[in-house]
Amino acid sequence: MKVLVPVKRVIDYNVKVRVKADGSGVDLANVKMSMNPFDEIAVEEAIRMKEAGKVDEIVVVSIGIEKSQETLRTALAMGADRAILVNAADDVHTDIEPLAVAKLLKAVIAEENPGLVLCGKQAIDNDMNATGQMLSALLGWSQATFASEINVDGDSATVTREVDGGLQTIKVKMPAIVTVDLRLNEPRYASLPNIMKAKKKPLDTKTAADLGVDVAPRLSVVKTTEPAERAAGVKVADVAELVAKLKDEAGVI
Amino acid sequence: MHFGLTQEQEMIVDTVRSFVENEIYPHEQLVERCGEVPNEIAQNIKNKTKELGFYACNFPESVGGAGLTHMDFALVERELGRGSMALNHFFGRPQNILMACQGEQIERYLLPAVRGDRMDALAMTEPDAGSDVRGMNCSAVRDGDDWVLNGSKHFISGAEHADFFIVFVATGVDDTPRGPKKRITTFLVDRGTPGFDVRDGYNSVSHKGYKNCILTFDDCRLPKEQVLGEVDGGFAVMNEWLYATRLTVAAMSVGRARRCFDYALNYAAERKQFGQPIGKFQGVGFQIADMITEIDAADWLTLAAAWRLDQGLPANREIASAKLYATEMLARVTDTTLQIFGGMGLMDDFPIERFWRDARVERIWDGTSEIQRHIISRDLLRPLGA
Ligand SMILES: Cc1cc2nc3c(=O)[nH]c(=O)nc-3n(C[C@H](O)[C@H](O)[C@H](O)COP(=O)(O)OP(=O)(O)OC[C@H]3O[C@@H](n4cnc5c(N)ncnc54)[C@H](O)[C@@H]3O)c2cc1C
Ligand SMILES: Cc1cc2nc3c(=O)[nH]c(=O)nc-3n(C[C@H](O)[C@H](O)[C@H](O)COP(=O)(O)OP(=O)(O)OC[C@H]3O[C@@H](n4cnc5c(N)ncnc54)[C@H](O)[C@@H]3O)c2cc1C
Repeated sequence: MKVLVPVKRVIDYNVKVRVKADGSGVDLANVKMSMNPFDEIAVEEAIRMKEAGKVDEIVVVSIGIEKSQETLRTALAMGADRAILVNAADDVHTDIEPLAVAKLLKAVIAEENPGLVLCGKQAIDNDMNATGQMLSALLGWSQATFASEINVDGDSATVTREVDGGLQTIKVKMPAIVTVDLRLNEPRYASLPNIMKAKKKPLDTKTAADLGVDVAPRLSVVKTTEPAERAAGVKVADVAELVAKLKDEAGVI
Repeated sequence: MHFGLTQEQEMIVDTVRSFVENEIYPHEQLVERCGEVPNEIAQNIKNKTKELGFYACNFPESVGGAGLTHMDFALVERELGRGSMALNHFFGRPQNILMACQGEQIERYLLPAVRGDRMDALAMTEPDAGSDVRGMNCSAVRDGDDWVLNGSKHFISGAEHADFFIVFVATGVDDTPRGPKKRITTFLVDRGTPGFDVRDGYNSVSHKGYKNCILTFDDCRLPKEQVLGEVDGGFAVMNEWLYATRLTVAAMSVGRARRCFDYALNYAAERKQFGQPIGKFQGVGFQIADMITEIDAADWLTLAAAWRLDQGLPANREIASAKLYATEMLARVTDTTLQIFGGMGLMDDFPIERFWRDARVERIWDGTSEIQRHIISRDLLRPLGA
């Protein structure tokens, strides 16, 4: 089986995010960018499936600017076999919206015919949590979101999902789109031999136009602001006072 | 001219940085408190380093290493420099000098060291011979096909974990126009060789848990197969291989300075006195400016020296400059950071006091700052007859 893993280049999770002075978005010039952590988990899962003999090829796809190549190389260094870059923007500040990403992925999937698509459940930049679901709708494939365990068995997969109330286990028909959650696995470091090999692995470049998808934004950002600073807390004298405040002032119990 | 890293180099930096943050930082306080690395943690770091293919990455592929360039390896060392020396010891980087192994020595020392099956330590320094290496008293005399060693070495790092030792001893004296000059030979000595003993050394304030030991040789008999390189060729062996450790000290100092600087920068932005972040006072802000300028300068000096080695250009003076400047920069950066932290900088609630203590040894080992200045100035002045 072939697995396709979309990976997004996002602001590194360690970077303190700063809003641009004109409020048009977050400042991405000169900040460290990395692979979206959820996508890293998806790549790791694909590699584990390959190590278990259930997968024979892992193709990673990134949609973004030319520099997204770096993210693809990281995925190749972790153990993916082949990479496709879909060049869809010139400026790092241009975010390609989930619908456009889903359409581009659909076009890539038409060429690649994977048996499974493993996505991160969301990207940590805009936290949209939409691409996997939209892709599933466009393709008419089954979907399993927020996976914390995946077992592929022939033409179906059993997936444990992290839902509000706890864990839910579902069975989906293959081919399927699975979006992965934090607790699925712990991604490996790229090993030194694999880092050195990554350069020799194939990386194809396409453009959004090649795939016939219009990536013009449908959404407009009105304003970006820093979250309000947390107000200072108060000290309570005893448990009774705490309970009273939770009841009367916070209204949470 | 091109100042950027390649994609491979970026990935090497990312991997080693994450490794240090996830596998080294969490154990640092424990090591600091108990003064040693618990065996389980040591083995764990060693195994993970092997799995990642980074063990002995400074060795060529022909002997099982990763064949990194000097530049790549300087980047590895720079990132390792962020973490504890005691713990990083198990991210094994055996002495390059082992490449001088010949014949059976390759199977007995070089390959097991590269695989991580046997660990090494290097012994030159003696109580009466530090900077003046050639002044060493530890000596070996021939007895038939054997050599008999007597004397002692001190300050030997990593000795408590070493399975064998690369030891420099005097094997004769030459009369030269500039006075008598000792001949030096390098020996490979296995732990447990009769007449050879490893004893506890001194307690150092720098790098707790990275111990130093005293070695004693009391009529220690070694067959001639234990000579590394040529008899009386120890100085040649030293000159050919030991430059690498000096560059390592420079690279590690840069990494540690960057880690320390991040604390200074954040504290200057967050700590408020007189109603504003202390970083807004020019007195503090300018210290931040000076620090980053010096760190960047040391970084480029170090990488440029590594680049010269990769190009096969003479680099002795450049390495000495990098070692000198980076270690002295680290001293200033750790001291300034401590100052920015005020009283809290001295307390062991923060790692600043540790960085400050650890920085002190860098100006001493692998050639003191004065010896680096000596190397630099002689390199420039000797050709002019001065
Ligand atoms: C923690 C630690 C670990 C070490 N690990 C090892 C190890 O693993 N293996 C090993 O072989 N050695 C090791 N060393 C030894 C280290 O390399 C020596 O300490 C160093 O070379 C300096 O020698 P010394 O301490 O005897 O000082 P000395 O040589 O006695 O120097 C004393 C002072 O005199 C100055 N001085 C000496 N000569 C000159 C000169 N010609 N011109 C100007 N000034 C001069 C020095 O700069 C210094 O300030 C270690 C040392 C330490 C502290
Ligand atoms: C071991 C020890 C014992 C002590 N004992 C006592 C004691 O018995 N009683 C007592 O009352 N206190 C005591 N102190 C407190 C000591 O006086 C303070 O640590 C000192 O005044 C500095 O304050 P701080 O540590 O909060 O640093 P901060 O005031 O937070 O200073 C942080 C940094 O900002 C700089 N800075 C601050 N303001 C400015 C400015 N306007 N312009 C430029 N730079 C600025 C400082 O110079 C410093 O580098 C003790 C401290 C120590 C470490």
